[in-house]
Amino acid sequence: MNWEVIGASIPKLLAGAGLTLELVGLGLAIGLIIAIPLALARVSGRWWLNGPAYGYIFFFRGTPLLVQIFLIYYGLSQFQGIRQSALWPILREPFWCAIIAFALNTAAYTGEIIRGGIRGIPHGEIEAARAIGMSRLLLFRRIILPRAFRLALPAYGNEIIILLKSSALASTITLLDLTGVARTIIARTYMPIELFVMAGVIYLVITFLITRAIRALEYRLSPHTRPPKPA
Amino acid sequence: MPVSAARAPLDDTLTMIDLHGFGAQLAAGTALTVELALASAAFGLLVGLGMAALKLSKSRGARIIADTYSTIFRGVPELIIVLIVYFGASIVLTSIAEAFGGEEPIELHPFIAGTLALGLAFGAYASEVFRGALQAVPPGQVEAARAYGMSRWLAFRRVVLPQVWRFALPGLGNIFLVLLKDTSLVSVIGLEEIMRKTAIAVGFTKEPFTFYLAAAVIYLLMTIVSMIGLQLLERHASRGVRSATT
Repeated sequence: MNWEVIGASIPKLLAGAGLTLELVGLGLAIGLIIAIPLALARVSGRWWLNGPAYGYIFFFRGTPLLVQIFLIYYGLSQFQGIRQSALWPILREPFWCAIIAFALNTAAYTGEIIRGGIRGIPHGEIEAARAIGMSRLLLFRRIILPRAFRLALPAYGNEIIILLKSSALASTITLLDLTGVARTIIARTYMPIELFVMAGVIYLVITFLITRAIRALEYRLSPHTRPPKPA
Repeated sequence: MPVSAARAPLDDTLTMIDLHGFGAQLAAGTALTVELALASAAFGLLVGLGMAALKLSKSRGARIIADTYSTIFRGVPELIIVLIVYFGASIVLTSIAEAFGGEEPIELHPFIAGTLALGLAFGAYASEVFRGALQAVPPGQVEAARAYGMSRWLAFRRVVLPQVWRFALPGLGNIFLVLLKDTSLVSVIGLEEIMRKTAIAVGFTKEPFTFYLAAAVIYLLMTIVSMIGLQLLERHASRGVRSATT
């Protein structure tokens, strides 16, 4: 082991981890925005809403993320219309292609997770909200969404971890995320084991911190299930 | 209407299906992907069952080993695992060969590296599924089998294992569907499975969207076939079990 090279690579790897977090964070945020209408379409009970939503979810859950990334990054350039459109400066950038792929992919999984959360809400709570005269929007905003969010939180935590790990694929379209930085340094120094292990350790630490954060959030959001403090 | 005009669209359709002659290439890649997925799953099932046994063992050391294994392999990206196994094994093999006087660097075949890496990742998740399934078998059944005079091994084989299989199948099925898609990562180390073959075809035809969409459709079909297969396996595993519905 060459400790000097490993020591010198740590700041670069951490900078890569910064890009990883940025990609995952933006992907999750945009994915969540797409996932909520998807989940609502799934529970709407109307076939013309449920059908397309299910088709979307089936495609993005049934194909590898790598294919989705390549379809967006390499695939879209096949169409002249897209290359001449105003969106091309965005769709040309690997950074945005990765984020779009992550967002579309995680939205499919998150949509199903939120649907499970909505299904898990005891029906009496919704009836009670209706009985005191809440409008549909108010019912959705005050009862359904927060309750579904709390019920779906453990599963959503898993999804965050999965997306974090999948984000290593960004390195396949030239992005210098954590994996990308490791691969670049390896190409120069040829020390694959040392650098991949270092990168793996950093991923593990991030995974651990996310797991902890989700658990803390779960604890904070369920004061009603905790035994009362002894007086 | 002239015959040629009527045939032109048909020719176009045939070229579409044949993908400019790359259809056979993609089919070969698909076969390799299926082989890789099945080999990794077989290896991963063995690892997973062994690790589940360690997790339930009385020895503290064994439990720590198994827990560390699943924490690491569930927390590190599959791509990194594939790359470490491939480059790591090549370096280790080469240094072993050098110790015996070899001079050529040895590379682990990407298929074997991929099977090891994906199998280890599969095993990390499978060990959790197996642990739950082993715990779901009521201990009274094992006691009854022992009281009949079955040896511990016979009781495990005849009473516990068939039920573990039934309890574990839904969970294992989900992990298998993830594994099937993760086989695409092995293209990064040069195995000519679907993604690699597709990339080669894209290099020739300059039609990335067409070909990556074709690859996506192949993965979708494999997913559908796997889901049907898993359902049949589940039905077979729960034959003789009364269901609560209907």
